[in-house]
Amino acid sequence: MDHTRPAVRRVRGSRGSTAEQLAGYSFISPFFILFAIFGLFPILFTFWVSLHDWSLLGDRSWTGLANYTELVGDERFWTALVNTLGIFVLATVPQLLMALALAQLLNRRLRGLTFWRMGVLLPNITSVAAVGIIFTLLFARDFGLVNWLLGFVGVENIDWQAHRWSSWLAISVMVDWRWTGYNALIFLAALQAVPKDLYEAASIDGASQFRQFWSVTIPMLRPTIIFVTLISTIGGIQLFTEPLLFNSGTNAISGGNTHQFQTLTMYLYEKAFVGQEFGYASTIAWVMVLVIALVAGINALMLRRIRTAV
Amino acid sequence: MKTHLHRPRRLVALIGSLVLAGTALAACGGDDAEGADDMTLRVNVFGNFGYEALYDQFEKDNPGVKIVETAEGDLGAYNTQLTQKIAAGSGAGDLVAIEEGQVVNFLQSADKFVNFQDHGSNDQKDQWLDWKYQQATTSDGASTIGLGTDVGGLAMCYRKDLFEQAGLPTDREEVSALWPTWDDYIATGEQFQEGIGDDKIHFTDAATNMYNSILMQSGDYTYFDTDDNLVIDSNPAVKDAWDQTVDMVDAGISAKLQSFSNEWNAGFKNGSFATVACPAWMTGYIEEQAGEGGAGNWDIASVPGGGGNWGGSFMAVPTSSEHQDMAIKLAYFLTSADGQLSAFENVGNLPSNPTLYEDPAVKDKTNEYFNAAPTGQIFVAGASSLEPVYLGAKNQPVRDAVENALRSVESGDKSSDDGWNTAVKDAEAAAG
Repeated sequence: MDHTRPAVRRVRGSRGSTAEQLAGYSFISPFFILFAIFGLFPILFTFWVSLHDWSLLGDRSWTGLANYTELVGDERFWTALVNTLGIFVLATVPQLLMALALAQLLNRRLRGLTFWRMGVLLPNITSVAAVGIIFTLLFARDFGLVNWLLGFVGVENIDWQAHRWSSWLAISVMVDWRWTGYNALIFLAALQAVPKDLYEAASIDGASQFRQFWSVTIPMLRPTIIFVTLISTIGGIQLFTEPLLFNSGTNAISGGNTHQFQTLTMYLYEKAFVGQEFGYASTIAWVMVLVIALVAGINALMLRRIRTAV
Repeated sequence: MKTHLHRPRRLVALIGSLVLAGTALAACGGDDAEGADDMTLRVNVFGNFGYEALYDQFEKDNPGVKIVETAEGDLGAYNTQLTQKIAAGSGAGDLVAIEEGQVVNFLQSADKFVNFQDHGSNDQKDQWLDWKYQQATTSDGASTIGLGTDVGGLAMCYRKDLFEQAGLPTDREEVSALWPTWDDYIATGEQFQEGIGDDKIHFTDAATNMYNSILMQSGDYTYFDTDDNLVIDSNPAVKDAWDQTVDMVDAGISAKLQSFSNEWNAGFKNGSFATVACPAWMTGYIEEQAGEGGAGNWDIASVPGGGGNWGGSFMAVPTSSEHQDMAIKLAYFLTSADGQLSAFENVGNLPSNPTLYEDPAVKDKTNEYFNAAPTGQIFVAGASSLEPVYLGAKNQPVRDAVENALRSVESGDKSSDDGWNTAVKDAEAAAG
């Protein structure tokens, strides 16, 4: 329950002369210039577009907030939102737990330590398209490896794309395959920064391994957990390539016959480039920003409990 | 302090000029240097149009012209990119292929394409099937944005070896005689299913391919009437095609695959289905998927219901092209009778020029891979009996919605009635 922070020392008059200030601004200007062109402008322009009935190739007309009211009543949008959040939870929770466990393992003295540490990153540097194609083949209905293995325990061939639960599961496996190792390495770096004397002190106090993990490791990892969760949240809600490639064949963007695994970004893309409704797609983009902010906020609230739990 | 003050000043000047220089550099990243007479024509197509020999010829006839073709494998991705570039008004290239399903879409912004009528297309329009020429012309008849390349005259490809196993006739004449109508086709399927006695092998590849074939045979228009009103609910042709397809699904003869998916592709080789609706360009696709080992397994019969069309393309010149005159010349060259014939001989794309249908090079063409089937004769017969079908600007999203609903009926998720209601509702949403 330590709320004190190191005080920032301000020196009066340390702001410097106008020339120095100018120099400072020009040093940081490249980022802001680039951000204004490639970040800020598209964001504002997207909002402008979202207020129109804007056909990509045809006419455009001002409609105010009509797109937003339409979105609230759009079943397809809610399906996509539920899919996105469902896949996000199904993928992220096991992923972070596995990453933490993996980091613990990699933090020990092992033979070929560098090999293992580099090894967990390999899935991440593999092209996502390759991962998508391979996993789609693994989860194929008639000739897939997964169904073949399940056949040995008497499970009938599963049409992985056809059902909501099975498609979510398969996509989550793809996401976890790519990101678990990456997150494990971030956790590992944080683990190595935990002072050893804390563990020594805990052992002297008679704390068990589990107690040490819960009361020393987790609180010390808190900033890292926040970072990793935030990054996973942003990535998870923008999930696109894996579910798209999972649905091979015509009309892949619709995410299954009943849109059972169409994510928000896929719906956005479908509206923009198949439906040519540029304005409506921009509206989805803006609502996605709100969703990400909301989920990040919920995450922050939950993570604050980690500290208070100690 | 004084010396300190000087440095930042110089630094400011230096950084300022660097930033300026950077912007200036970025601003003048224009065209690469080209000689006064040299030009590079950029041609964008999807799949394989079989134009290599024609490009060589054109380059020889027009010294200084260099043609660079970019071919995208996936039609969906190609359409998306082309739409983006046309909407953005740059980067689309000098000559682009437009697929039949997309051409109505681009007619919405006909001003972004060169109007071939300004370059004499009306004087030679008997070069193309009448409906083919109309498809790329605005409804007021004032503007023609594309010149026809090929048409997808329809036939039915079938696995000869599987037919034999199932105890059905294998000769293409006899097979064609089995299914004059789609009801006969379903009955043949039931016979096949019984004869083959293997639940890993089905008669039909997918409900959607049968459905689209029937729909495109029904003439005039499908989801949209010629005034672009959505008529999915009131046009009996749509519901008839739907009901007939559901009958096929109920008969249990569909492999329930999604066209162009990995499983569907593998099915050509593995024999998970025995028939597939087969436009002319599909013969090349089957050969590619089934591989050399599959030579002789496939054969071609006529399609139930008589004729039909699936696919076919146009060549168009975006107004953003800097070499419009040469690009127009190339478009006429590629879509001329000689050009279409060359492409047909190369990759089997059926010409949209009706005068070629009498040409022995087309009429007498056989395809060795398909047991020397007389492909020229079969596909020409399919194409000649075609009626033009109007597809609305929003045809693609509506078709996607209906296909999704149909597949959910096929997979058993929905009853036919539920599926149909979903199809109508989603189609209305997609039509906007």
